[in-house]
Amino acid sequence: MNIVACVKQVPDTEAQIKVKPDGSGIDEGGIKWVMNPYDEFGVEEALKMKEKFGGDVTIVCVGPARAMETIRTALAMGADKGIHISDPALENADAYTTASALAAAIKGVPYDVILCGQRAIDDDSGQVGSVLAELLGIPQVTVVTKVDVDGQKVKVVRPIEGAQLVIESALPAVITATKGLNEPRYASLPGIMKAKKKPVDVKDAAALGVSADAKAKVGKFIPPPARPPGKIICADDTPEGKAAEVAKLLREEAKVI
Amino acid sequence: MAKGVWIVAEHRDGALRKVSFELASTARKLADQTGDEVAAVVVGSGVEAMAAELGKYGVDKVFVADNAAFEPYTTDAHAAAVAKAVKDNDPAILLVGASAQGKDLAAALVGKLAAGLATDCTDVKIEDGKLVAVRPMYAGKCFGEVVFNAAPAMASLRPNVFPIVETAKAGAVVKFDAGVDAGALKTKVVEVQKEASGKIDVAEANIIVSGGRGMKGPEGYGILEELAGVLGAAVGASRAAVDAGWRPQSDQVGQTGKVVSPNLYIACGISGAIQHLAGMSSSKYIVAINKDNEAPIFAKADYGVVDDLFKVVPALTTECKKLMA
Ligand SMILES: Cc1cc2nc3c(=O)[nH]c(=O)nc-3n(C[C@H](O)[C@H](O)[C@H](O)COP(=O)(O)OP(=O)(O)OC[C@H]3O[C@@H](n4cnc5c(N)ncnc54)[C@H](O)[C@@H]3O)c2cc1C
Repeated sequence: MNIVACVKQVPDTEAQIKVKPDGSGIDEGGIKWVMNPYDEFGVEEALKMKEKFGGDVTIVCVGPARAMETIRTALAMGADKGIHISDPALENADAYTTASALAAAIKGVPYDVILCGQRAIDDDSGQVGSVLAELLGIPQVTVVTKVDVDGQKVKVVRPIEGAQLVIESALPAVITATKGLNEPRYASLPGIMKAKKKPVDVKDAAALGVSADAKAKVGKFIPPPARPPGKIICADDTPEGKAAEVAKLLREEAKVI
Repeated sequence: MAKGVWIVAEHRDGALRKVSFELASTARKLADQTGDEVAAVVVGSGVEAMAAELGKYGVDKVFVADNAAFEPYTTDAHAAAVAKAVKDNDPAILLVGASAQGKDLAAALVGKLAAGLATDCTDVKIEDGKLVAVRPMYAGKCFGEVVFNAAPAMASLRPNVFPIVETAKAGAVVKFDAGVDAGALKTKVVEVQKEASGKIDVAEANIIVSGGRGMKGPEGYGILEELAGVLGAAVGASRAAVDAGWRPQSDQVGQTGKVVSPNLYIACGISGAIQHLAGMSSSKYIVAINKDNEAPIFAKADYGVVDDLFKVVPALTTECKKLMA
């Protein structure tokens, strides 16, 4: 069974995000870059499938030169080879463009399953996996917490508001992973050594025949509105007194209960 | 030229979901600025009667694709149907709910329509006759104003953020054949496991009572459930509580859980790690109950209570019951 896992490099969740003064983007100074946590679930699931069914895991990533480190991390976890789509023209690519680049690269790779994270924690768009499926003309099941491959079919569990859906899909398909699917492994030291020698193909937009015209773009980045300073409720200093004061403020000042 | 403001109306178990009225009301407001009509697409089985209801919230025209193959929702069937209606009518703007189903549908439509989509928007407006969508990024650590270069300009709207406004319009039904062949569909819902009825999802709640590691264990949540019951709230959790197995994954709030913006968020025994704050800082009002007066959550709280939550929460439940009686 051949598996493709798509990964993106994003700022660590600890990162404070500072908007550039002209609103053209975020200040990348001091940011620690990591593999998107949702993609880690995808890579882990890909490795589990490989362990169960055999085959190859190919990592595909759109990102600048620094993203090679994230590809190497996935290879160190156990993936076999990588494709790095790196092109300054794709730096602010929207979901459609990114998925077009991924689709073009993946067309040259045999695959039965494609795993993506359900969203990247930087732009939080949650679109690339779905668009990729549409461009490849294969089915998709998104935001899943359980995956069972059985022959030419896959069964997944997808939580929605107030329910869990069990969905069956034909393969090949795109599956997008969310938290709860698995516990991603850490790369072992021998894994890290081996990863250095695994093949990674570097391609640009022209080689893939992808146009970088965005259908949507962030015209302006804005810092979040500052919250006015709050108050610490002291009342008569008993838990009951504080609770009564909060309830009263919520009712009379905030008017939310 | 693309023209008109469209929505995809979402329904479940035979009824329109609240987000559909939020979409309709918002679309009406935008269309009144551009001088356009509002149209809704309803895809399902036995859904024609929903058109009249949408009319109450400002929808002029309702495109209905009615077919047994559309129940229950699957991405391939619904995306194909909506894409057909959009391609045939060329709307300028398409709004979808940022619910589990809406997000899934919208992303597939981006692929089918070669369009641009702003996900989980908290504001939409018209500038120079065009849609500008405002959305949180980095789980709310910053916001982006999205502009579009393709039609339709698509935005999914965060549930519970946009007001519902009644404006009587025709809601005239236009039936269309989506040309979806049930036999060719590649995905199928084989089981729906419903959670305890009456449970409110954190992503759609007006009020969230949330507990973290300070709850000490799964039993601790009993007092939060009681408070939530009185307030009609959902119960949320920090990642620490979810990872400990105290609460289900679907309750996690934060950068790797749900990003929420209720009217009121009550954080109990949650320290306020950056990943948690990212997910809830856009709540209208925040109450923090924590015994550590240095906990970072207090920096975001409108009302902070420094005390033992096991004493404060039950007292708060009693007080709220009294006030709301
Ligand atoms: C990649 C990554 C992603 C993450 N994503 C998320 C996410 O999405 N959501 C999330 O929440 N976290 C996330 N985290 C984890 C985050 O960093 C914190 O570890 C977590 O939020 C801490 O949860 P907590 O506040 O419940 O626990 P703690 O930080 O342990 O805080 C417990 C609090 O309870 C208080 N307390 C204890 N007993 C009482 C009492 N009797 N009365 C009153 N107060 C009491 C303590 O004073 C303390 O402040 C993520 C971390 C990583 C690395």
